[in-house]
Amino acid sequence: MTLTESLPILVIIIPLISAIIIPLIGRIDKSIAFAFVISANFLSFIISISLLNTVMETGRISYWLGGWEPPWGIEYVVDYLSGFVLVIVSFIAFIISVYAKKSVEMEVEGEKILPFYSIYMLLVTGFMGMIITGDIFNLYVFIEISALAGYALIAIGKKRAALIASYNYLVLGTIGATFILLGIGYLYMATGTLNMADLRERLPMLYDSKVVLTAFAFITVGLSLKLALFPFHIWLPNVYNHAPSVVSALMAATSAKVIAYVLVRIMFSVFTMKFDLEVVPVTKILLFLSVIAIIAGSVLAIAQTNIKRMLAYSSIGQIGYIVLGIAISNQLSMTGSLIHLLNHALMKGTLFLVVGAVVYKTGMEDISSLKGMGKKMPFTMAAFTIGALSMIGVPLTVGFVSKWYLALGALKAGMWFLVFIILVSSLLNAVYFWRVIEGIYFHQKPKVRSQKSTTKDSIESLKPEIQNQDDAPVGMLIPTLILAGLCIVFGIAAFIPVSVVTPIVNMLLEV
Amino acid sequence: MIELILGKYNYWVYITLMMIGFYAMIEKENLIKKIIGMNIFQTAVFLFYISIAKVKGGTAPILWEKEGIPYDNPIPHVLILTAIVVSVSTTAVALALIIRIFKEYGTIEEDKILIMSEVSGKQDSTENSKFLSSTSLLQKGE
Amino acid sequence: MEIIQSAQPLYTVAVSLLAIILIGLSGNKDPNLRESWTILAAIIKFFMVVSMIPQILDSKVIEYSLITLLPGLEIKFRVDALALTFATTASFLWIITSFYSIGYMRTLKEHAQTRYFMCFAGAMAGAIGVAFSANLFTLFLFYETITFCTFPLVAHSEKPDAIKGARKYIVYLLGTSLAFQLFAIFLTYNVAGTLEFSNQGILAGKASNALLTVIFILFIAGVGKAAMMPLHAWLPAAMVAPGPVSALLHAVAVVKVGVFTVVKVILHVFGIDLLSQLGLGTCLAYFASFTIIVASVIALRQDNLKACLAYSTISQLSYIVLGVALLAPSGITGSILHITMHAFAKITLFFTAGTIYLVTHKTRISELAGIGKQMPFTMSAFAVASLSMIGIPPLGGFLSKWFLAIGSIEAKQIPIIIVLATSSILNASYFLPIVHAAFFKEPHYAKHQSPKPKQNMLEAPALVLIPLMITAIGTLVLFLWPSLFLDLARIVVAGVTGEN
Repeated sequence: MTLTESLPILVIIIPLISAIIIPLIGRIDKSIAFAFVISANFLSFIISISLLNTVMETGRISYWLGGWEPPWGIEYVVDYLSGFVLVIVSFIAFIISVYAKKSVEMEVEGEKILPFYSIYMLLVTGFMGMIITGDIFNLYVFIEISALAGYALIAIGKKRAALIASYNYLVLGTIGATFILLGIGYLYMATGTLNMADLRERLPMLYDSKVVLTAFAFITVGLSLKLALFPFHIWLPNVYNHAPSVVSALMAATSAKVIAYVLVRIMFSVFTMKFDLEVVPVTKILLFLSVIAIIAGSVLAIAQTNIKRMLAYSSIGQIGYIVLGIAISNQLSMTGSLIHLLNHALMKGTLFLVVGAVVYKTGMEDISSLKGMGKKMPFTMAAFTIGALSMIGVPLTVGFVSKWYLALGALKAGMWFLVFIILVSSLLNAVYFWRVIEGIYFHQKPKVRSQKSTTKDSIESLKPEIQNQDDAPVGMLIPTLILAGLCIVFGIAAFIPVSVVTPIVNMLLEV
Repeated sequence: MIELILGKYNYWVYITLMMIGFYAMIEKENLIKKIIGMNIFQTAVFLFYISIAKVKGGTAPILWEKEGIPYDNPIPHVLILTAIVVSVSTTAVALALIIRIFKEYGTIEEDKILIMSEVSGKQDSTENSKFLSSTSLLQKGE
Repeated sequence: MEIIQSAQPLYTVAVSLLAIILIGLSGNKDPNLRESWTILAAIIKFFMVVSMIPQILDSKVIEYSLITLLPGLEIKFRVDALALTFATTASFLWIITSFYSIGYMRTLKEHAQTRYFMCFAGAMAGAIGVAFSANLFTLFLFYETITFCTFPLVAHSEKPDAIKGARKYIVYLLGTSLAFQLFAIFLTYNVAGTLEFSNQGILAGKASNALLTVIFILFIAGVGKAAMMPLHAWLPAAMVAPGPVSALLHAVAVVKVGVFTVVKVILHVFGIDLLSQLGLGTCLAYFASFTIIVASVIALRQDNLKACLAYSTISQLSYIVLGVALLAPSGITGSILHITMHAFAKITLFFTAGTIYLVTHKTRISELAGIGKQMPFTMSAFAVASLSMIGIPPLGGFLSKWFLAIGSIEAKQIPIIIVLATSSILNASYFLPIVHAAFFKEPHYAKHQSPKPKQNMLEAPALVLIPLMITAIGTLVLFLWPSLFLDLARIVVAGVTGEN
């Protein structure tokens, strides 16, 4: 077997092996371990790109784990969809790993830094596995790998509230995962197979079966819990709020995307459009939930004073967007949904990285702590502005592209009110992001009662706030700016991602 | 009706267990009890898997010399081994978390922790301190 | 109609974008260099616009497609007669405003001047971009560019009231455009399958009358910048901005872009045939009439000079909407002329208001008594501009009102003439008292302020004074030699009515 043929397994093996090796290397030198993390992530990004490239040229790639032929053995599948999501996730994981060094050093205690990177790679392993696997039980295993790594990463920081957040996430996440497991059990009971492609062939004749219905219900609910779709979102704000910034960024940018991908897989690859539309009104339910998610997420975001929490609620709304497109399930809306996987990863990645940089510089996460930052950290704040404008959906940013497709899809399906919902939500986005932008550029820095002023001589505290430029370190700045730049690049050259997404949509909807 | 209950008793067992576990996870204040509930919850699903593998009159799936002896479906058993491993890992992570929570807050009762984090949350916002030095509160805890 | 492919429209827009970068790089270190970039960009831009005039007068159209984002979303420029009318006015006034800004900002020693001039250039790029847009997407793009670029200008002083006004400004403009205009664009694309402007309109026969009506209402409601009542409240709120910004907002960049968008939608998205068939034009005309009268009445009651001018702007903008909404050739001509005429007159008025503040720090009309003796040049300019606003020959305002009146006869809407006449009377009754008080009343001083200050000349610096004199004279020149704008308007009318 040549190297090219084993690329699908390498995407998983590389992060997995490096997760084990990192603590060993770190005993020699921590900086080598850090370089190792970056290069491992970069390698899997390159492999993902080449996989996507191969898929675009030759079509579906199937890799038989251990040489066992499916449906008996586990199959790894790279098709248009998984190739696309692989590239997104590995890219974000790479960018954030470049960014991580300083931020992690500050927010995680010294002896936990190596385990941090080790678990980081495990999380990436889980994500990659979820994307690439063609076996539904294997999917469950990878979901749990990424979830367990996630619990640990959230709790690893210095904040003690993170422990509770992580614990609650663990409890809810386990409920979700167990539901998925149960659903898989029912599927196996009905069909006797675990291979997704095989399931797709066998299921249509069983669509009347209550067992299949039950299976579908359990899996969808379980995934919605993991996805933090309204009303299963309660764990998410605490997690994003209290986790170390790097983890918040990684999870916000990738975790929900991967789960959304799994949802698409289950709904359109394992089951078919016919099932979703005719047998169970699942699209209607999802439509309803996503609309509430979009509005509720945006409204709750307005009420927040902590910037990470605000972004977390905004994520809930954005997850609603993704599900909305899936729920409308016509060509345009699916394009919007899938492209929003990429777009939201870029926007939210940018925003969380900016917040990470601010926390690194000031140690504060309140929205008010961003006041007057436009002068102090001009580049970082420029990135924030771009990210925020994208979220609002201003033309020439990625946010507009998603909105364009979603709205047109809704109109095509004759659902006018959805366009209204989308626009109202972007207005609400404008409200809470504009408030921050205004603070950044047009408010003076509030007088912080720093601890110096109480202990030291008061002359120092009376000095005007230093307005010198004091931007984030280059290692943090460059990844942030790259993501922000991509928000614009893919907003203008929107035809590039769309050309990748179009065959996926055709594949899923069998057009 | 009787047939529905008795004939499919394995399902009733797993549903009952599952609901007991679910109740404990949602309702209990004690974090350890929640984890116990979680274990019951997961075990219920394991039982479900194992029971669906059963073939009437089947025996253990071992290669016999005699042909034609019915045997149980081994795949769910194998699957559930993996799931048990996952469950054990989850429990381990959860317990590790609880240990740290106890160190930080001095209690594992959820309501007390909530009160404490509300208090510290207020301090957070008033003092604008970045991260509460957790050790100082540990001494104050019960 | 001959189409020329040329990148000139792109360069014209890009000049100001380049200027933003250069201004930003020069920064506070070298203010003279920074300001020279502004001036240079303004002049280059004006000449680039002017150089296109001969081709357009030759009934040609210049097009340039920059990039296609997605099917239907294309950044494309098209220069036609309508675009050029607006662009010429805007780019000319930008030069004037630049000089005025420099004088104003330096005299007051304002802070954050680099940001100010960067945003100024950005707003101009947006204004020209809107003028030259060939489809709704490009138009929307530059429309939003202006919104974002002018926010820092309105909030310039960063004081709480400025922030508050600016917030209201952004809520109205961004809110309406995101909620309604974007909705209308989605619907238009869904119905017509294209967003490209066309002389015949793109929506005819594509959808039911009810849907078309909805789209039309969404468009009109979505162009908050046109300040039609009840979406006008941002305009008085934005008066917290520095003088030159108000001038720019009112005369060129923001409100004119708004009415220009309305004109574009009426002429090039719906087409006059479709609108008259739907009867929506007349509805809009009466709706605009309402704004004209009510805004004028409110203007009467204002004591703050800038607020008075703001309401006057609201009223005058609706003239433009009204003229187009009549869907008659002369009405359209009147509208197009009024874009320019009102721009010159109103910018003069705001310049003078700014200058009065600059020199005397007075903002209230009641304080202006006798100021004509202190500032004769400024107040003469004010008088000339007010007369133009009222519509008295030989000033530009007369011409556009004349065409509007003829237009309403052509459209057989006699009540509109009454509206025009009433509004002129109202205009006179809030402008003339100011002029009268300024020149013929004795200033009354508070008792403790004795001894009475001497009646010295208190004129502003030349850099401030000359621009406002130029624009005041401009209103006169436009009456005497309006042929360029009349020709352009004629080409527009010929295009949309199909009588070529």
